[in-house]
Amino acid sequence: MTWVANNWDLIATLTVAHLRQSVLPIFLGLVIAIPLGWLAFRFRWSRGLILTTSGLMYTIPSLALFALLPPLLGISFLSTANLVIALTIYAVAIMVRSVADALASIDPNVRAAATAMGYGPWRRFWAVELPLAGPVILAGLRVAAVSTISLATVGILIGVENLGYLFTNGLQRRIVPEVLAGVVAVMVIALIIDLTLAATGRLLMPWAPGRRTRRRGRRARMVTS
Amino acid sequence: MNLFADAFAWLFSPDRLTGPHPLPQAIAEHLFYTFVSVAIAAVIALPIGYLIGHTGKGRDVAVAIVGAGRAVPSFGLILLLVLVLGVLHKPAAAITAFVLLAIPSILSGAYTGIEAIDRATLDAGRAMGMTQWQVFRKIEFPLSLPLVMGGLRSAVLQVVATVTLAAYVGLGGLGFYIIQGVPLRRFDQILGGALAVVFLALVLDGLFALLQRMAVPRGVGAGKPHQSGAPRRTNKGVMEQNQDFAVETGT
Repeated sequence: MTWVANNWDLIATLTVAHLRQSVLPIFLGLVIAIPLGWLAFRFRWSRGLILTTSGLMYTIPSLALFALLPPLLGISFLSTANLVIALTIYAVAIMVRSVADALASIDPNVRAAATAMGYGPWRRFWAVELPLAGPVILAGLRVAAVSTISLATVGILIGVENLGYLFTNGLQRRIVPEVLAGVVAVMVIALIIDLTLAATGRLLMPWAPGRRTRRRGRRARMVTS
Repeated sequence: MNLFADAFAWLFSPDRLTGPHPLPQAIAEHLFYTFVSVAIAAVIALPIGYLIGHTGKGRDVAVAIVGAGRAVPSFGLILLLVLVLGVLHKPAAAITAFVLLAIPSILSGAYTGIEAIDRATLDAGRAMGMTQWQVFRKIEFPLSLPLVMGGLRSAVLQVVATVTLAAYVGLGGLGFYIIQGVPLRRFDQILGGALAVVFLALVLDGLFALLQRMAVPRGVGAGKPHQSGAPRRTNKGVMEQNQDFAVETGT
């Protein structure tokens, strides 16, 4: 505990850096996953292509992805850009499937009703489909946010300083509380972001099914559990 | 693209078979740590997961463990355990970390696998006079198998990725080439090592995808995977859910 008390400033600085590096991929991931998820939901040919590709991207271990991106994109190996792009790829890979599943879970009658009321495809997507798909997309977003935050620590291996610094530095100096502080800090941040997203979702989407609807809400829960 | 040519040249150079850290040995180490850890994790997590799924008790605890497990930074956990257990017990420390990381996916595969079974099927079994054990052995176990395999698949992927990181503490495996290459600026070695890791991960994932498909009992999931837009139920659902599951867990 003394180590934490004496190094509070360091932990705070690294936490801010950590958040900066993870929030961008989470946000970009969502923005990219929505159109891709829609494509995967809408057309049969694109479904297999998009879901398989995102599944394969997810399979690539993080350290290997850091090594693959620089020659492909012409960025520096030891750079924040490398970390942010890799984390964005993982976030997209997680969320594309939730978006596709969320859109597929909408009652076709609701879609037909919107069309019958004169909604064009564009307006129907924003006013009917996306709000109804929202709760399941949010579940995917929460999973992606938590994994992104914990995965970002690997950035220290490519020279990007965030809470992962406490791991390598703590190991080199053999300070157990330092490494432990890093692990706990990452989990606390992940928990805070997760709860914030859940609360925001509840505020923005009061129509989301409650937690008690066990049988009917199973698909939504499958994603979170 | 020249870098990739260099990486392949490095990968297929005859030097990879000799020297202090030959490629086949690195692959063997990587596979050894992966399978040992996942096997230990399965021995611990499967019975607990089945029990939770069968009784429906302790579900909230399991959900919390699975959720928290996702937030644990795997790299930090390895370094923490290596420090705590001592540098002399590096393999034991690393395997402990891998096991802890593999448990949530396997646990979740086991209890969601049983939960995803149509309640009517279980009721039918009970109505036929099956004991609890028979219900488990003859209904729950086979029907949950695809999701259980999905859980093992995510666990394997997670551990393969984490073993790569464990090269940082000198555990060997394929991550060694990447981590050793960084300070040396040997980009052919870094990229070559990365390609080997990707190849290994994809092969294992493909293998488990196959096992997952084979685990679907005959008569179940006979229908094709769903058309988009259609609400899905029971049989088809199992196939669907295990794909979801594979994507949603692990790192």
